[in-house]
Amino acid sequence: MTAALELVCPAGTPASLKAAVDAGADVVYAGFADDTNARNFPGLNFTRPQMKEGIAYAHERGCGVFIAVNTYPKAGNPDPWRMAITDAATMGADAIILADIGLLAYAQRAHPQLRRHLSVQASASNAQAIGFYHRAFGVKRVVLPRVLTIKEIAALNAQVPVETEVFAFGGMCVMAEGRCSLSSYVTGQSPNTDGVCSPASHVCYEKRDGKLISRLGDFTLNIFSDGEAAGYPTLCKGRFVTQDMPSYLFEEPASLNALDILTELAAAGVSALKIEGRQRGRAYVNQVVKTFRNAVDAASRGETVAVGDLGAMSEGGRETTGAYEKIWH
Amino acid sequence: MKKSGINRKTLSLGPVLFHWDAETKRDFYFRIADESAFDTVYVGEVACSKRTPFFAPYVPEVVERLQRGGKQVILSTLALIMSKPEIEQVIDLSKNTNLLIEANDIGTAALLMGRPHVIGPFINVYNEDTLEYLANQGAVRISLPWELPSESLSALAKYANAEVEAQVFGRMPLAISARCYHARAHGLHKSKCQFVCADDLNGMNVETLDGEDFLSINGCQTLSHTICNLIGELGELQGMGINAFRVWPHAIDMVAVGQTFRDVLDRAITATEGQEELAEYVDFAPFSNGFYHGGEGATYVASP
Repeated sequence: MTAALELVCPAGTPASLKAAVDAGADVVYAGFADDTNARNFPGLNFTRPQMKEGIAYAHERGCGVFIAVNTYPKAGNPDPWRMAITDAATMGADAIILADIGLLAYAQRAHPQLRRHLSVQASASNAQAIGFYHRAFGVKRVVLPRVLTIKEIAALNAQVPVETEVFAFGGMCVMAEGRCSLSSYVTGQSPNTDGVCSPASHVCYEKRDGKLISRLGDFTLNIFSDGEAAGYPTLCKGRFVTQDMPSYLFEEPASLNALDILTELAAAGVSALKIEGRQRGRAYVNQVVKTFRNAVDAASRGETVAVGDLGAMSEGGRETTGAYEKIWH
Repeated sequence: MKKSGINRKTLSLGPVLFHWDAETKRDFYFRIADESAFDTVYVGEVACSKRTPFFAPYVPEVVERLQRGGKQVILSTLALIMSKPEIEQVIDLSKNTNLLIEANDIGTAALLMGRPHVIGPFINVYNEDTLEYLANQGAVRISLPWELPSESLSALAKYANAEVEAQVFGRMPLAISARCYHARAHGLHKSKCQFVCADDLNGMNVETLDGEDFLSINGCQTLSHTICNLIGELGELQGMGINAFRVWPHAIDMVAVGQTFRDVLDRAITATEGQEELAEYVDFAPFSNGFYHGGEGATYVASP
């Protein structure tokens, strides 16, 4: 028997929110439809009335709602971020997920009763950093950056006075989150302040000599031969040339999948699992959440469960345990 | 708060990001100490904790030589701290030096709060509230992220109750990872990397499949191919109230580069003349200033 891991699931739209709640999420996380959150894509996220309804739908079914306000406010314009926090408090969100130090200070000052979590975008990867956010801003939970091994996570949990949440499934940053300006170098839009990485508005595909070229801004990110599955040109999943050799230098297109290591994560002292994918559709949310619900319930009973196949839900149909295993580094 | 030993109009030399041979690096700093126009010199490993032991034995003599040359020395630290030995490196450093330390991870900043320290450009300072918070905890200088547009730099410079520093020259360290791409590109694992990163003094070139220069790898760090160059914007930056300017070291004549920046800051030569001089010293990559102008970091916007 291990303590049940809380399952925190993506809600990019009201429809996904319902799908996640119905599929057995303990908590859904969502953002407002503007640049205050790190999935600021066209057609995603919640208006204020939608958020209110979504919270009601979730709460009626015993499911929590976290609101991500996890981009960095731009100098001279803190109001949209502060308003997002105030609205989250008024609407009865169960927690807000923040990354910026100034915003954490504001939230603590203006809405001390609203539970504060530290976003992965703050990239708090050591006990001193986590201890600081707890001490200074009363942060109750930290979402760990996807750079740590299970061994490092266990060591960390032994030292910190807060809950930790780790990514269990979905698209994976290979760089330390919130500390990457690769996409803004190419597109001029900053993941940290605009909430978009490799935005579709800057993507184009070209046909050349029977090959498909994917580009982001002015740069070619990949060239696919006939019959090769063409993935979305996320910058760090592109194919580049070093030492005269083309390769997926940073990471092969693959999804993180921690289904096989849930027991280890629980034993490492992790409190919650996060499913990535607010930009994904209802079918993804439904299938991934159901699979993890079953696996988490089984793990908490001390059973291993024949895990469902999530290959079809993965980028490029491939899966990785990422940084959790030393071999990835 | 007292801004300990920091002068007005400070020209800084950032830490060497690349894994240069230890004696080469020592000699580089000796020349900077003896001949360069820099006021402040940052010394210390930022990109990879595995490299720290190579240069550690040389640090005391380098610091002494730089101080004898009239330079303020600031000790830089790791950009990403993930393990106990890494944080212990920083704890040891903080206990054993009277020099200012530059924090590049918030965990390091937390250790230094309550005493004067520097916040490095790897820590996310995007707005006034964060700047104010960090300054109130003892940050005497805050070196702002390379990604900030001029509007943000200007707003932060106005608000500053600590000195703010802008990044004005060098490849931009766009991302840091737990994974080593130098090792990966050589078919090696980080734990048995053979320090292949030492082969590339300005980083390892990354091209697109179309053969276009794109990025530059420095171990766990990914830098821009282009060299950020704000020599044409120095006047504007000074007008905003920014008085500290960071130049990042590359394997070129950094004494000459420093002199050019000094001459433009002192109005001894024009920015256009400075630009021409820099173009002579840099032969491996084009310049960029797109972030400053609010656009793609890779682009170069010509001065009006």
